[in-house]
Formats: sequence, C-alpha cells, structure tokens
Amino acid sequence: MSDLRDLYQDVILEHCKAPRNYRELPAADHKAEGFNPLCGDRFTVYLALDGDVIRDISFQGTGCAISKASASMMTQMLKGKTREEAEKLFGRFHDLVTGHAAAGAEAEIGKLAVFSGVSEFPVRVKCATLAWHTLQAALEGKQEAISTE
Amino acid sequence: MTTAARKLGSEQGLSVARSGYDVERIRAGFPILQKQIRGKPLVYLDNAATSQKPRAVIDALVRYYEESNSNVHRGVHYLSERATEEFEGARRTVQGFLNAASAHEIIFVRGTTEGINLVAHSYGRSHIGAGDEVLITGMEHHSNIVPWQMVCQEKGATLRAAPINDAGELIFEEFEKLLGPKTKLVGVTHISNALGTINPVRKIIELAHSRNVPVLVDGAQAVPHQSVDVQELDCDFYVFSGHKVFGPTGIGVLYGKSALLEAMPPYQGGGDMIRSVTFEKTVYNQLPYKFEAGTPDIAGAIGLGAALDYVTGIGLDKIAAYEHEVLEYATRAVSSVPGVRLIGTAKEKAGVLSFLIGDVHPHDIGTILDQEGIAIRTGHHCSQPVMERFNIPATARASLALYNTKEEIDVLVRGIEKVREVFA
Repeated sequence: MSDLRDLYQDVILEHCKAPRNYRELPAADHKAEGFNPLCGDRFTVYLALDGDVIRDISFQGTGCAISKASASMMTQMLKGKTREEAEKLFGRFHDLVTGHAAAGAEAEIGKLAVFSGVSEFPVRVKCATLAWHTLQAALEGKQEAISTE
Repeated sequence: MTTAARKLGSEQGLSVARSGYDVERIRAGFPILQKQIRGKPLVYLDNAATSQKPRAVIDALVRYYEESNSNVHRGVHYLSERATEEFEGARRTVQGFLNAASAHEIIFVRGTTEGINLVAHSYGRSHIGAGDEVLITGMEHHSNIVPWQMVCQEKGATLRAAPINDAGELIFEEFEKLLGPKTKLVGVTHISNALGTINPVRKIIELAHSRNVPVLVDGAQAVPHQSVDVQELDCDFYVFSGHKVFGPTGIGVLYGKSALLEAMPPYQGGGDMIRSVTFEKTVYNQLPYKFEAGTPDIAGAIGLGAALDYVTGIGLDKIAAYEHEVLEYATRAVSSVPGVRLIGTAKEKAGVLSFLIGDVHPHDIGTILDQEGIAIRTGHHCSQPVMERFNIPATARASLALYNTKEEIDVLVRGIEKVREVFA
C-alpha cells in the first residue's frame, strides 16, 4: 500500500479531479494530439507562443489519473517558460519517472517531484510522459497525432 | 483470508462436492497458481487474454523435447517417425475436440489471428470482388475486423458490421437486414472477449446458409468455456488459439469444411505444403499440409493436444456450469459495490466482467488491483469499436477460467473497494 501512495500522491489525485488549464485555447498557434493506444489515453495540447516564450498553454482529453495530473501540472509549470526551458524540464522529468534522476535535480523539477513514484511502476511511464511528448510534437509543429507506441 | 471468506470457501466446497467439481484439486495442477505476487496470493483474472498452463501441458512439452524431438513428415529415422505420430495424434485430438468430420479439416496455425488471416487471404481474395460485402458484428476483436478490411480494400468490397444493443447483444434483425445478396462471407465471434456475450451462432449460420453465405466463427473465447461441435453448428470455418485453452502460445487451429479447403489456394508457400516442385511448376500437397508450409510448431501442437485432453478430462459441460456459477456470484458481488458499472450485460454470457468504477480510469484500477496480487486487463481489449459503441475509452476486465473461485472474487471486490478509497 505504501508503494501505491507513492504513486497516487494527494497532489496527483487532486490534479486528476480538478485539472488546471483544462480547456481549448482559441488563441493557440500550435497544437498536437497525443495518443496512447495501449490504454486509450488521448490528449490535445494547445500552445500560444510569443516568439520563443510559451505565453499560454492548455490541454483537453481523457486519460488515467497519472496522465491527466501530469498534463495539468505540465501546463502550470510551463506558462512563461521558453521552448528551451520546456525541453530541458521534459528531460529532467523523463529522468525522474524512469528512475534516472541525478542527485540534486529536485530543485529544477519543483512540484513535478510528486511523480517520482512512477519510476516504481514502469508500465505507467508512458502515462506520465504522454502530455510531454504531445507538447514536444506541438512545438515541432507535427500534424499527425503522436503515439506512445 | 478473512473468516467470512474462509467460511464462504468451505460452504462453496460443499456445493462443489455435490456437483463433483473439485476446484482446489484443479488449482493444485497449475504451478503458477501457487505463486505469490507482490507478497500476495496470485488472483489471476486475465484469462480472456491468456490462460495459465496445467502441469499436464508443461510436462507434455518437456517430454516431447526430451524424448521425441525431431522434424515431422520427413525423416525415416525413429525420432522423426515418433514426432510425426505425436504431432498427427494431436491433430486427431483436435478433431475429436471439435467433432470435425475428418482430421484433414484441422489446420495448425499460430493462433486465431493467423487462422482468420489464412481464410481472408485464401478464401477471401478468391471469392470477394468489387462491390461485394463481408458482414461481421459490432463486437468483434480487431483480429476479426482488420483481415477483412484489408481484403475489402484490395478488392473494392465493403465491410459491414451489424450493431449491438446496450446490453452488448447482437441486434439480430439488423444483422438479418445487412445479410444481403452482396454478402460473400460472414465473420462472427462465438463469445465476445470484451463483453462476454455469447452469440447465437447456430441461428446466424442457419440464416447465412439459407442465403448461401459461408460463416467463419472466431472461437477464441469459446473453446475454454464450453463444448463446441462444428458439425452441429454447421459452420464453414472455426478458429481458436491454443494459449487461451490452457495450451502453449504460438499454436492455434483453423477448422474448415473439406470441400471449401480443397478449393482454396494455399496461403503460404514452402516446404511440406508441396507434392513436387520444379522451376516450371509446383503441385501442392493434400489437406491439411497444403496450408502448413514450413516446419510447424510441433511441440505446440502436442502441448495443445495435452491441453484439450486436460479440459475434456474434467468435462466442458462441468466447466461451463461451474464458471456460470462463479460468474453469477461475481456479477452480483461486483455490481453491488457503489459506483460500479458493468459493460456487457447480455442474457447469454460467459465469464467476462467488464466494468468501470465511477470516473476512475481503468488503468488506475489495474495498477491498484495489481498491488493486491490481482491480475486483470485494462484498456480497449483490442475491441475499439465496442468501446466506441459504449462511448468509453476503456474498461477494466476480469475474466474467468475453470480454476477461479468465489473466494478470489471476494478478493477482487475488496480490491475494488480499495480503488474507491484511493480515489474517494
């Protein structure tokens, strides 16, 4: 049960129930759809860029608690960040959920540290990273829906 | 185990003794069921995905490799003769199991998927043309959709799917309407993997035959749970997988009526499927070898034979009756948990419980149950059109086999309550 609580931390459950920035973004100039065919998770990430800066970001879709909370917290973290900062944060986040986080990386990752429990559940890594992969596709201007498979 | 569960278990033992079905003895024959998962006894409820293997099957595989291993249909030496005998013996076991008229109507394939692809490729491509139609149902597994879609696309034909109702049952009148003069073949699942619905295949076949349309039945979910008689059904093709009926992976069966198989072109070319080869012309082998190119999964076939002997030894009617009792118990227990919604409530149903808990995503349900040692499947179960029909992305699915008990259902229910606690 303790492992389970590591995965489903209160912050994650709370974001799952009340996801932030959960809406379509009319002013979006970038968007992409992400799909996890294994479990049917499907999210759209919307971006409004100001040069290299993410002026606004939102998402919509369906998925498990981990994928939804991850998408929600991602949008919170990235507002006002540059592309480069976003890419770097994804790298750190990916390291965290796959159990490869370097010592002292917590400072950079901030609130996203609640996802550290995911590393104990390898099949859930795709859930945690789906929104981030979708973000990447949106930034790269990919037209086709990306897939975790 | 709680006292209540133990008490229930002993009461169950009594009722089981009356029916002559000793589930504890059956369980003792499955080595993996003695395992602990995450420190808890394994509760394996993912049988629609694959079943566990009894000692009898594992032993048959080991014995084959230790005592008989050789290639079949080729050598004149002792081992080759022995391997061939055992391999062909397995074919006769399958023949008896399905009550096929002849052993050469039994084609060994890799599984249900390959069996359907064989029929789609060989029969389909030579009988389906531009403007024709293939008719399936709205509850098919992807493996009984995509092969037909590929043939239809290639030939300019159309794939039609008869709709299902809110209980997950085929709407027979709609099926009847869609079965028209353009229909060249019907593909239907015997039992739905996602919903548990048992289709009225006898009635479907009768109707299709009255309009001269052959029928392929996907029996993957049926053979582990009830007896099947292909002559009584009068189906033209019947396919199933070994691994879902307690046999090894990588082996399955296509049954086809002799006359149809005889007239069909080969599926794959190679060794064993030929009678003579020159660079100018090849004469194909007779049935069933015409459809078995290359060295087959000899050990798999022998293992499958052992698995079918195993279920026949217990008796499929007894298995069906026992599983029905557990399913009814599970349906009552699971649906009485507040917030639980069952997907698939057909009147005629086999051991599948597809469910949702409030708005908790099935993937989260699966992870939490896994921590309790409970193995279920979550996702779309390779039946995306079914999920779409019910307007849901996925379900959690507990599926039964002959070794599951009511006590395990109690563990499942406690697991479901834990999910509700976490997501309260």
